Order: sequence, then structure tokens, then C-alpha cells
Amino acid sequence: MVTNITNLGRSGLSDWLLQRASAIVLALYSLFLVGYLLFSPGLDYAAWSGLFAQTWMRIFSLLAFVSLAAHAWVGLWTVTTDYIKPTGIRVAAQSIIILAIFVFLVWGIQVLWGA
Amino acid sequence: MAASVLIAPSRNHRPLRGTPSCPAAGQESVYRAVNSKRPVNLDLSTIQFPLPALTSIVHRITGVILFIGLIFGFWALDASLSSPEGFASVKDALATNFLAKLIAWGLLSALAFHFVAGIKHLLMDIDIGVTLEGGVKKAQITVVVSALLIILAGVWVW
Repeated sequence: MVTNITNLGRSGLSDWLLQRASAIVLALYSLFLVGYLLFSPGLDYAAWSGLFAQTWMRIFSLLAFVSLAAHAWVGLWTVTTDYIKPTGIRVAAQSIIILAIFVFLVWGIQVLWGA
Repeated sequence: MAASVLIAPSRNHRPLRGTPSCPAAGQESVYRAVNSKRPVNLDLSTIQFPLPALTSIVHRITGVILFIGLIFGFWALDASLSSPEGFASVKDALATNFLAKLIAWGLLSALAFHFVAGIKHLLMDIDIGVTLEGGVKKAQITVVVSALLIILAGVWVW
């Protein structure tokens, strides 16, 4: 069995499952957001911020952001390990990706609960 | 993917000729394989990716695009939830700014393709269409459905 110290789940099978589970969450969240925006043409600030003030919407959003972090890491880890062969450049790219994922996650939490 | 490309039928079958200048220890078997008389095709311009390979590559490219696009997504979410003025500025940008519309359409298009190709993956995981014909057919459906969604997204944005 190939083990790699940089993949998320320490095993390909675990990454595979994480990628599917997070994909389903992200698919539902995307469908919900696109559907919501599509069916509220005259959307105003009160309704929009009211939606994100609901506890269930914050739970759904945070679940989506955490899923996004896992999904992005498994996907971008796969792409970077496939195409960037020199170890130094690959580790540098993966470090930037990890940092970006962390920034997005904190930013998302701040948007949900901040200010 | 790479393996299937290498054994793809070649239009100009010709055995590879040439002698290894310096066979290093342990590489004899490689040179034997390379110098065998089986037909090989090293003319990359004669190799075409099958459609499922192309949709697989585009699935990866759209994934990278979506990750970069998160900057715009989180910015819009942050601004629109920060204050009534922030909400108005995001709404105004999406209503009047051509560049904002283009980015929104581009990201919705990438999302549409990534979504549809992802559903294709999930179907394959539950053993639907895991044949060569099924793979080609599902790749064709992926292209058609996502093209339709991309057009609809454009109509929505403009």
C-alpha cells in the first residue's frame, strides 16, 4: 500500500470517501444557494442577512465551508502530486494551498458570526 | 489515462529503431521493451484524447478555477452581509459591471461543469455505466448538460 504523509486521510480509501461525502454537502449547498437566489429576484439586505442569521443556515454554511476545505485539499493534493514532480516546488505549492484553505475557512466563519 | 493513450491505435505503425548509447545496470529490461518489434506510436500529434479523458481533465481544471474563484465568492458573501451599503454595492456590481458579470458567469459555468462531472463520478461509484460505452455516453451527457447550464447561467447573469 502506498502511504503518503501529505494527503488528508492518510489513505486513498479515506480520501475517496471524504471527497464523496464533502461533494454531496457542497452539491446540496450550491443547489440551495443558486435556487434561493433564482427564486428571490427582488432580494434585499434584510431578507439576505435574515437568512444567514438563522441557526440552521449557519450550521449548513459552516458544514459547507468545512466540506469545502476537505474537498479542496483532496482535489488540489491530487492535482499537485500528479503534475508537479519536483518536490520543492510541489511542497511550496501545497503549502500555499493549505494556507489559502485556512484563510478561506477563517474568513467564512468570520462572515457567518463576525461583526 | 496515460496507459490507454499509449496503447491507442496508431495511424503510422513503425517499430522504434536506435541503440541505447549507455545502458545503465538494471535498465536492460526497459531497453528490451523499447527495442522490441511491437508497434509504438511516439508521434503525439496523431494521438487524440477520448472524450472521457477530456471531461476528466476539464473536471480538474474547473476545480482549480473554482478554488481561485473562492476569493470572489467569499468577498461577495462578506460584503453583501456586512451592511445594507455592502449588499447594494454587490448587487450593483452584478447588475452593471461587465467584469463582475463575466466573473460571475465564468464561476457559475465552472461550477456547472464541476457539478455535472461530479454527479457522473458518483454514478460510477454506484456501478452505473462503468463500461467503455457507458463512459463515452456519460461523458457526452456531461458535455451537453453542462453546456446547457452554462447558457442558462449566462442568461441569468445578463
